[in-house]
Amino acid sequence: MSVDAPPARDEASPPAADPLRLEHVTVRFGGILAIDDASLAVGAGHVVGLIGPNGAGKTTLFNVACGIVRPRTGTVRVMGVERPRPHRLTGLGVARTLQGLGLFPGLTVRQNVMAGLSHGAPGAAAGLVGAPASARFLREAAERAEAALARVGLAGAGERMPEALPYPERKRVALARAFVSEPRLLLLDEPAGGLGAAEIDELAELVRDFAGGERGRSVLLVEHHVDLVMSLCDRIAVLDSGRMLATGTPDEIRDDQAVVDAYLGVDVDGEDAA
Amino acid sequence: MTTTTTAARAADAGDAPMPSPADAPGPRPRFTATARGRYAVAAAGLVLAIGATFLLDPYRNYLLSLAAAYVCATAGLTILIGRTGQLSLGHAAFMATGAYGFALTSNALAEAGIEGPVLLLVPFLVAVIAATAFGTLVGAAGARLHGPYLAGLTLAIVLALPAVTSTFSGLLGGDQGLYVRTERRPEVLSAVIANEQWQAWVALVAAAIVLVLLAQLGRSPSGIRMQAVRDDTAAARLSGIDPFRVKVQAFAISAGAAGLGGAVLAYVTQAASPGAYGLSFSLFLLVAVVVGGTGTLPGAVWGALLLVLLPEAIAAVTDALPLPDDAVSRLDGNLAVLIFGALLVVIMIAAPRGIQGALVALRGRIRSRTTRTTST
Repeated sequence: MSVDAPPARDEASPPAADPLRLEHVTVRFGGILAIDDASLAVGAGHVVGLIGPNGAGKTTLFNVACGIVRPRTGTVRVMGVERPRPHRLTGLGVARTLQGLGLFPGLTVRQNVMAGLSHGAPGAAAGLVGAPASARFLREAAERAEAALARVGLAGAGERMPEALPYPERKRVALARAFVSEPRLLLLDEPAGGLGAAEIDELAELVRDFAGGERGRSVLLVEHHVDLVMSLCDRIAVLDSGRMLATGTPDEIRDDQAVVDAYLGVDVDGEDAA
Repeated sequence: MTTTTTAARAADAGDAPMPSPADAPGPRPRFTATARGRYAVAAAGLVLAIGATFLLDPYRNYLLSLAAAYVCATAGLTILIGRTGQLSLGHAAFMATGAYGFALTSNALAEAGIEGPVLLLVPFLVAVIAATAFGTLVGAAGARLHGPYLAGLTLAIVLALPAVTSTFSGLLGGDQGLYVRTERRPEVLSAVIANEQWQAWVALVAAAIVLVLLAQLGRSPSGIRMQAVRDDTAAARLSGIDPFRVKVQAFAISAGAAGLGGAVLAYVTQAASPGAYGLSFSLFLLVAVVVGGTGTLPGAVWGALLLVLLPEAIAAVTDALPLPDDAVSRLDGNLAVLIFGALLVVIMIAAPRGIQGALVALRGRIRSRTTRTTST
């Protein structure tokens, strides 16, 4: 696993093996340089955190990885595919949560999770005529959705509407939708936002369980909650004003003076605020 | 508390905007019939409706045929608006495509001396294919447009219809349109039923097919995709859904249903003319969908019935009133528009989810009152 480029690699782990690899990415929105020659790689089986102050370009870089934002320069490879379109990601084994939940208010909780299995679902013609394949898919998708809901602690909530759930539970629904397709790469955009301390601990446990459950599963998370990032990630990348400020292990990042100055800061007792 | 909220929401939405799959684990929601069950219910309803045609005189059977034709169009339109959030002001143009497709094919087959079921079925098939193809084109053009921009595109299409028929007047008959040579009732039934009753049967079968297919679509993976695209396009895309494809499919299916409605109209009225599919008719279809209850198939039926029955009811009232003849002639047609508009305003204030939404809410209140009475 590596973060930043050009990473030092041995022959056994060629760059193409990384589930996610962004190299020398530059993004401009009109006259604003949002991302400036940033590189980031997430290797198989690793949990990588992307942190930085507000406006640093974290979500923009996330959106570049997902094909939502087109970079001016640089290369983007996701699961070995060059710049896949966003709706192709789940087919490649990639799932992403959104900062603003992104739940579908007109669907039940179970259907929200089932939507995460849309890739490869029977088409409209099968649905129109009520083909057995369509019913079979719905049955299997519903079972998988229930399993994913149970995994995030929402067993039995499938029939409820998302707006009937408290915010932390809605976050779990979004997470269940990401889990349901059993992705190889999970992209989490501020998963701890709006959660209390106990809920953040549970979230950390869920992510650990996901990443540790099967070899080769990777996670990239954008997060402001530094404690969570430090405890969860084995590599961290720090973005500041669109530039990659530092990369390294949590300890290396904690000790990096540039990162402390730009983001982590120092607490009133004179210790680095983590 | 949550269960109540969910139930109330589903009830308010008018037969639930997206019922869960029939075989999903957990508590079984209402409206979860299997495909076979839905076909059985539709067949039973169709038999009843066909039976009811024996109680109606030829004129009322004619009205029933019109209502069935409108059901095809409003059902297609309500799926488009309610499920994918795409607004079409030009659905009359898709009906016209179906009507002209039917007329041209039927006339060509009749000219070639073909009779019987082929003369009946093939023109309907061609009408649906033509309207679906046109809907696919319009859907592809409008898939990245939202709100007023999409409305403007579809408006332009319906406004262009007279110009198209005038430009190709040799083929489409210009302003006068086309007379349609159709298959009348089968010989064996000629002694039993009037031709209007036979036409009502055909129209009812067409409406039943549209309703069953669209009901199945709403309960399929495609229905989930449509609702997801409507609710949050970015999240839908990241869930593996291609919004462009979903929107184009919805437009194509909706246009196909409208095309079948247009074909039924052409079959019943034996005419296809641009005047019958103007902007005002297109807006009437939209109002019917909203008044009936957007996004629900029963609402589409209520809206279509209103389209047919309201002018009839108003004509009956004005005929009964002691009004001078010139006043009656001025009111004829205009009053229906006025009342339809007023009805839209009243229903939007009193029941924002339309007639179907109001009925479902009423049913929910009655049920809860009954439950309270029983428990005490």
